[in-house]
Amino acid sequence: MPSPIDLPLRAALHGLARRRFARLGASVALLIALVAVCADLLASDLPLAARFEDRLYLLPNVTRPAPLRPYNNQTLEAALGAHDWVIFPLVPWGHNSHDLSSVLAAPSGDHWLGTDSSGRDVFARIVHGARVSLTVALISVWLMSCIGLVVGLCAGYFGGLIDTVLMRGVDALHALPTTLLIIVVLQIARPSGFSAVIAMTLVIGCVRWTDLSRLVRAEVLRVRVTPFVEAARALGMPPARVIRRHVLPNVLSPVLVAASFSMAGAILMEGALSFLGFGVPDDVATWGGLLNDVRVHIDAWWLAVFPGAVLFLTVGACNLLGEIVREAIDPKQRL
Amino acid sequence: MGRYVVRRCLQSLPTLFGVTLICFGLLRAASNDPLLTRVSDPLRPGRVSSAALDQLRQLYDLDRPWYVQYLRLVERLLTLDLGTTWQDGRLIRDVIFETLPVTCMLTGLAITLAYLIAVPIGVYAAAHRGSWLQRSLSGGLLVLYSLPAFWLGTLLLMVLASGRFVRCESLEFGACFPLSGWHRFNGFEALSPGHKLLDVLWHLCLPVITLTYPALAVISRFMRAGMLESLEQDFIRTARAKGLPERDVVWRHALRHGILPIVTLLGLELPHLVGGALVVEAIFGIRGMGLVTIEAIRMPDYPLVISIVTLTALMTWLGSLLSDIAYAWLDPRVRYHRE
Repeated sequence: MPSPIDLPLRAALHGLARRRFARLGASVALLIALVAVCADLLASDLPLAARFEDRLYLLPNVTRPAPLRPYNNQTLEAALGAHDWVIFPLVPWGHNSHDLSSVLAAPSGDHWLGTDSSGRDVFARIVHGARVSLTVALISVWLMSCIGLVVGLCAGYFGGLIDTVLMRGVDALHALPTTLLIIVVLQIARPSGFSAVIAMTLVIGCVRWTDLSRLVRAEVLRVRVTPFVEAARALGMPPARVIRRHVLPNVLSPVLVAASFSMAGAILMEGALSFLGFGVPDDVATWGGLLNDVRVHIDAWWLAVFPGAVLFLTVGACNLLGEIVREAIDPKQRL
Repeated sequence: MGRYVVRRCLQSLPTLFGVTLICFGLLRAASNDPLLTRVSDPLRPGRVSSAALDQLRQLYDLDRPWYVQYLRLVERLLTLDLGTTWQDGRLIRDVIFETLPVTCMLTGLAITLAYLIAVPIGVYAAAHRGSWLQRSLSGGLLVLYSLPAFWLGTLLLMVLASGRFVRCESLEFGACFPLSGWHRFNGFEALSPGHKLLDVLWHLCLPVITLTYPALAVISRFMRAGMLESLEQDFIRTARAKGLPERDVVWRHALRHGILPIVTLLGLELPHLVGGALVVEAIFGIRGMGLVTIEAIRMPDYPLVISIVTLTALMTWLGSLLSDIAYAWLDPRVRYHRE
């Protein structure tokens, strides 16, 4: 027997499988996820495999063996002996390797998508930037769903004073300008390195759950008065069990829809923060960070077009998935 | 109605308390001792004697418990006695009064334009469900919704305002639109009122487009949902049975009822608009509240930042309160249901 939590998920997946655009959205999202996971294999400053000074190195770009560390793809190729060979990754540049001979270079054979103002390959930075976007999207949405669900369930189910206190808190947090709040908190905390990405993710998750909790509360208010919930309560079921077994499964589907849209929102928020130059340090590659460079170098079109297009595709895929899940759950909303 | 307004206001007072409390918490988290941050100079430590510091702490109530400090913050907010900025010692009130109208003008234009475009689209989408035009409009809006505003803004600026890609030779510098600011820097004061207006509109063209288009999808969807519900009502069937032309049924009878949800949407959209204005002002170099805040955060100039964050939150709070009251005024069911 399927657990009741499975049902909205099944409806969603069923809807996904049936629609043409769904496959498009899902494949773009999967592709971005794949790129994020395999970023080191696609773009790195060391080869995928190499035979160098009579030793065989497999995936030195991941393992980073000591003998190869002083080299990068370009210097290694020059230092190769007669019996040595290398297999380069698709993009032979790391996201932090500076090619100072071509700074702010337009797309060419060496750098397919051009370089930024520090001579770093745009393609490599886009590939590695997928990691940041994916991290932010998944973790912050998970976090905001958890907080939103708990607050919304408690406020809606128990009502009374609990409802008032929680909802006035939600109102207060909702009234605060989210972007500013996140920037201020990040500026106060001043994290560094990849922990800045985590910090940004956590702050986004902790600040942007208010819409979700309102949604959940409204659904709970609807479900709470249905006969099956009243029957469960009349039978003496403890509140925690009523919520888990009977209320939660019935409010989950709108949460699913909101989560897909929030994922797009979180990616956009991270992009906007990086674009404004807040949040992540320069050595972490992000799509928004690449766009930040354009603000100074207004004629470097390749810095604007490519990262922005990837960002647009990713956000579009998330929104498309959200739209289709919404349609699957509530056919009346079909566009 | 009066009773509803009073109760709704009382209900949202705790929100006000929450907003100020969060802002106070931020201020405390920013610096344990604001004075020390203010006077300390990493290059020349110990310039201010500890006796002077103690005196200053007493002056600002920093030696008192946190709730006294909190009450003092509330008092200063109420009297708009916000102190001076750290950067150049100007009155924060003056800075805000100088930049607030610019931001209000920007967001006001954007939200008017968004409603003017999105409401007809939403009505059309509800009345002509399934037609190819409705499908392509809705699809197009979803695509627009996915376009990052800071990307499109940058592209617009790059293509139309840099003068490198598209040129309008008849205009100044050969660019079709100005690169930054909300009015021209030279000789703005000398222009006649009509020319001033034209100049400002010309400067605000790209920023307003960038701020408007993300809201279109949201508003038109809300409008459409409201209309769909309204078209199923009994009075619509009556209107149709009476033999009214479909256009009158949709645009007169259904619209009046279906437009109600849009009123509350204004309150929900306000925070997004404020966030959007921040980015747009940064892209187009418009000295509104957003740009000033970004500069202040970079400094960091905490009194200015916290003042602006708190005031923005208060205005958003006021906006949603007003939209709730407007909704109750328009739809008697709401206020009778609650009473």
